[in-house]
Amino acid sequence: MLAKIHITLKKDVLDPQGSVIANSLKSLGFDNVNDVRQGKFIELEINSNSKEEAEKQCNDMCEKLLANLVIEDYSVEIES
Amino acid sequence: MKTHVIVFPGSNCDRDVAVAIQNIIGSSPEMVWHKDSTINQSDLIVVPGGFSYGDYLRCGAMASTSPIMKSVIENANKGVPVMGICNGFQILIESGLLQGALMRNSSLSFICRDIIIKPTNTKTMFTNKSTISKMPIAHNEGNYFANSNQIKEIEDNDQIAFQYCDENGDINSHSNPNGSINNIAGVFNKSKNVLGMMPHPERAAESIHGCDDGRNIFESLLS
Repeated sequence: MLAKIHITLKKDVLDPQGSVIANSLKSLGFDNVNDVRQGKFIELEINSNSKEEAEKQCNDMCEKLLANLVIEDYSVEIES
Repeated sequence: MKTHVIVFPGSNCDRDVAVAIQNIIGSSPEMVWHKDSTINQSDLIVVPGGFSYGDYLRCGAMASTSPIMKSVIENANKGVPVMGICNGFQILIESGLLQGALMRNSSLSFICRDIIIKPTNTKTMFTNKSTISKMPIAHNEGNYFANSNQIKEIEDNDQIAFQYCDENGDINSHSNPNGSINNIAGVFNKSKNVLGMMPHPERAAESIHGCDDGRNIFESLLS
């Protein structure tokens, strides 16, 4: 199965990289961009009997290593 | 005193801190490779600065899962003094020994220059000889963050070790190099036997460095 994991900064955490990206987009003429939040995307192949089991394991991986829960949120999507 | 310095792939301040320990504490530290699994008896464990594992994923995240870290955590929980400097601070945070997070500097640039810090709590084994001190920082991710509940908890429990300040000891936004919340430069664990700090006391530890203010942290450990 293929797991797609998105890791983003929590809403109450300032994202200076996002602000700089937003400013650069504006300078390119994309005036309608209001807010940019950047993050990480991790794709991993996982052997599992069920989508539920794979999702549970990926959640565990995020809590133990892939995300820093003090500053980051994560979401997991499993494709079979 | 029996002392240990942990060496990860990418550590680059391990030799500097070993020299500071040798010169100031008078103990020749055992250099412990990160793949070793035990530190039997220690009076001080230092997790040094550098770029362990090339800062992959998040600074310190990979190193925090190295075999030796289990033993570092066990020793810390037994009360052994553990000190993390710069990348070592990031590793101690990622291993769960210290609270908070270290984010990218608010300027988005790597900062390498002298700063001034003030000890916030001088009643600990690491800071009992500490005063306002000048020493270098050299980091890209030293912007300390904790949410408001965590900040209240670490403040209430006197866990802030050092804050960035100016020459007069005033803690203000001008003296904050990296955007750290409340100018925090270093924190303790709850029982104050684990210290993490972004500034490098080992790089300001003898006159040849141009400043030896960093000595007071190692001298504190002697008393």
